[in-house]
Amino acid sequence: MVRTEDPRLLTVGGTYVDDLREPELAQAARVTFVRSPIAHALITGIDVSAAREAPGVVAVLTAADLDDLPPPPPDSGLTGTEGLPFPLGGHWSEPLFAVDRVRFVGEPVAMVITDDRYQGEDAAELVSVDYEQLPAVVGVAGALAGESLLFPPAGSNVAVSTGTPADSAAFDGCDAVVEQVIVNQRLAPVPLEGRAAAARWADGKLTLWVSTQNAQIARFILAGALGLDPANIRVVAPDVGGGFGAKIGVDRDGLLVAWAAKHIGRALRWAETRSENMLAMTHGRAQRQVVKIGGTRDGRILAYRLEIVQDTGAYSRMGGFLPFLTSLMAAGPYDIAHVETAYQVVMTNATPISAYRGAGRPEATAAIERAVDLFAAEIGMDATEVRRINLVPADKFPYTSGSGATYDTGEYVAGLDKVLTGAGYAELRAEQARRRETGDVLQLGIGVASYVEITAADADGGETARLVVHDDGTATVYTGSSAHGQGHHTAWAMLVQAELGIDMSKVTVIHGDTDLIPMGVGTYASRSLQLGGVALQKAAIEVKELGRKVAAEMLEASEADLELDVDRGVWQVRGDPATSTTWAQVAAHVGEAGLAADVNYTDGKPTFPFGTHLAVTEVDTETGKARLIRHVTVDDAGTVLSPVLAEGQRHGGIAQGVAQALLEEMVYDAEGNPVTGTLVDYAIITATELPSFELLASETPATVNPLGAKGIGEAGTIGATPATQNSVIDAVSHLGIRHIDMPLTPARVWAAISEARESR
Amino acid sequence: MKVTVTVNGGEVAAEVADRTLLVHFLRDVAGLTATNVGCDTSSCGACTVLLDGRSVKSCTVLAAQADGRQVTTVEGLSSGSEELHPVQQAFRAEHGLQCGFCTPGMVMASVSLLAENPSPTEDEVRSALEGNLCRCTGYHNIVRAVLAAASERRPS
Repeated sequence: MVRTEDPRLLTVGGTYVDDLREPELAQAARVTFVRSPIAHALITGIDVSAAREAPGVVAVLTAADLDDLPPPPPDSGLTGTEGLPFPLGGHWSEPLFAVDRVRFVGEPVAMVITDDRYQGEDAAELVSVDYEQLPAVVGVAGALAGESLLFPPAGSNVAVSTGTPADSAAFDGCDAVVEQVIVNQRLAPVPLEGRAAAARWADGKLTLWVSTQNAQIARFILAGALGLDPANIRVVAPDVGGGFGAKIGVDRDGLLVAWAAKHIGRALRWAETRSENMLAMTHGRAQRQVVKIGGTRDGRILAYRLEIVQDTGAYSRMGGFLPFLTSLMAAGPYDIAHVETAYQVVMTNATPISAYRGAGRPEATAAIERAVDLFAAEIGMDATEVRRINLVPADKFPYTSGSGATYDTGEYVAGLDKVLTGAGYAELRAEQARRRETGDVLQLGIGVASYVEITAADADGGETARLVVHDDGTATVYTGSSAHGQGHHTAWAMLVQAELGIDMSKVTVIHGDTDLIPMGVGTYASRSLQLGGVALQKAAIEVKELGRKVAAEMLEASEADLELDVDRGVWQVRGDPATSTTWAQVAAHVGEAGLAADVNYTDGKPTFPFGTHLAVTEVDTETGKARLIRHVTVDDAGTVLSPVLAEGQRHGGIAQGVAQALLEEMVYDAEGNPVTGTLVDYAIITATELPSFELLASETPATVNPLGAKGIGEAGTIGATPATQNSVIDAVSHLGIRHIDMPLTPARVWAAISEARESR
Repeated sequence: MKVTVTVNGGEVAAEVADRTLLVHFLRDVAGLTATNVGCDTSSCGACTVLLDGRSVKSCTVLAAQADGRQVTTVEGLSSGSEELHPVQQAFRAEHGLQCGFCTPGMVMASVSLLAENPSPTEDEVRSALEGNLCRCTGYHNIVRAVLAAASERRPS
């Protein structure tokens, strides 16, 4: 299978927002943002006069110009119940331009509009902003200390506080109890294409081209922010150069571009620089966790408690929702009698937190997979054996976990065994023992993580598909789902071919244009195939039944006697293949009325993919440098439509997971200044730091949708992160080391080794 | 200043500001938008093109420096989407791209690698592509694609 998308991407390149050469944008001016260089300050004055005089400047806009917008959203009335809508509104509202206070480095303060891009960079330097610096709230400790408040009227930096009070009695029957503070560090999503938007206001209609995972959600947000009727807005998502959750909907920066195009009456373009992207696109993760795990000496886990403080950054975007998902998935794939969770969401003077590949579930898996290893070490049992004892057995599904999620289907133990066999676990342990015995500088670590995750958590939000068969025998799919690398065009064409026998090459897939597809949800939460794919399959079945009626009429046969030969895409009378008609003829016969079906599929349910990852690392005990040398996985996402696409999703996720474990972290200094704000400082993983991956197949069909599909987009980050972390810690566990926080950089690992050797 | 560059075999001449970067010359003047800008620190390689046959990051080269020289972008590798260059073909066959944003640069870096080392090992491929970032593929299929292109070109 090769992708239908690729010839274009490989020869003339995709058409990303900054590549658009539409006539409507021919006279577009360039937007350059002026951003706060200070984490927390009052704005006491903005002087744009010098910038206005600079060459090529069309306009300079600030919050003072936002006089044509609706008021901010009302307080959501938040009191601390679960799964709340975010953003919060009220005291916690996020403005478009900063008004009288900046709350993170990178917050937009003003906008310079120029004829060309270099003029914008020059003019932005001339905008003079007077700041009165305030003490910065850095990290969760700073937020909880409450000495400085981001939103003084709220009276606290804690926006949400919820969960079950600790019940120490739950651990009374345990032989061994371990507690650990774990940091799940703040990450930058870094899609290779940063955020970008172009906008035009003409004839009472706003068009926004934006790099987004969801054109329709972007339109909804835009309508609310600008006070426009959605009918007067067209949002177009052209090719999108990666999203990873950070391009859900549209950010304030994109809203400002749209607003400014309308405000000054000129088409505008904006494509952020990477340095802007690192500061002003949302970040992910950023939880401080406390795990407590207890059980018997023979390996049965009896009780688990997870407490989370979620740093949601300077504003309450989706970050506030993430610990809800973490709590829901806290128990992981284990059958644990007593599970407790509690969380707080706190504001800090840092970039807002939102979804990043996994969005709350990698954090849950990281916590319990570390906890299981800690418990195994405490009772002196092999950690894979502890997993085997506690994994939910195959005969217990559907299974409701101790943290409240109902897992649909699973073969957790089989998945673990397949990975251990595939990796040669016993041989790896023997090699590890040999190196320990000889005191090899390069120690071997073997780390395992078993997981279950939730995909399409918002399945009831549904997804849309429209399928049209044309009188030339081709078909067009209009999907509410949204491609940004996943291969929707190929997968959707495969679904049409499988159902109707129309060759993939004759299927055109259209997405991301609200004029053509007004209703849709888009791509996140690994929801595309199981919702958008099912919607399309249902549309294809409707078209097939329509086709059967028409073909029966054309061939003067009864509908019951007709069959569709999907190899040839031809309707024929059963037992008489000579009496047949093609899709083109059927569509021509229908004529103007069209051979089409529209589906809004809202009957889906969340699904629960699962798997096990095994990472093998070599740790240089003299330098602390850890190197991943093998990565073996089972990622069971139900029935697989395209193995090639599914494997591609796993590869990319694994790399991002390994990157979190070993390299990546957004670091802020004590004043709230980001110190990893470029790709020189922020360690994106490269080809040299990864091996080829060893993927093992496993398919346990979902029962809640007709494709049997679960989501695969986020499995990699969920499994690979803790497997890699566990592996590095395992490599040095013989020195008495039980835990090292991510990222496991040489400095951290070396420090842990040195400390362990000194204390011996 | 006036800059004349031979881009994919055709001459492109224009008056540009002295500070114009080659990548912006290619995108805004020559109208070739496949070459992307992915960072501002020469870290990501999305803008990789060939300058007189050797790979350069076109965000770190001034258009003026390319005056009178030959530039090849991914658009110049093949005559169209039907006839792919062996490296493009291998990227397609091995699913070596997802969102496509790093792809033009990654393909050009791979072409440059194979010109210098027609039979690289996996480690050599990984090492040669260290300056080209991809956030989608985990590099797994990119490396396979480059190795496949190499074995395709190797005389049997």
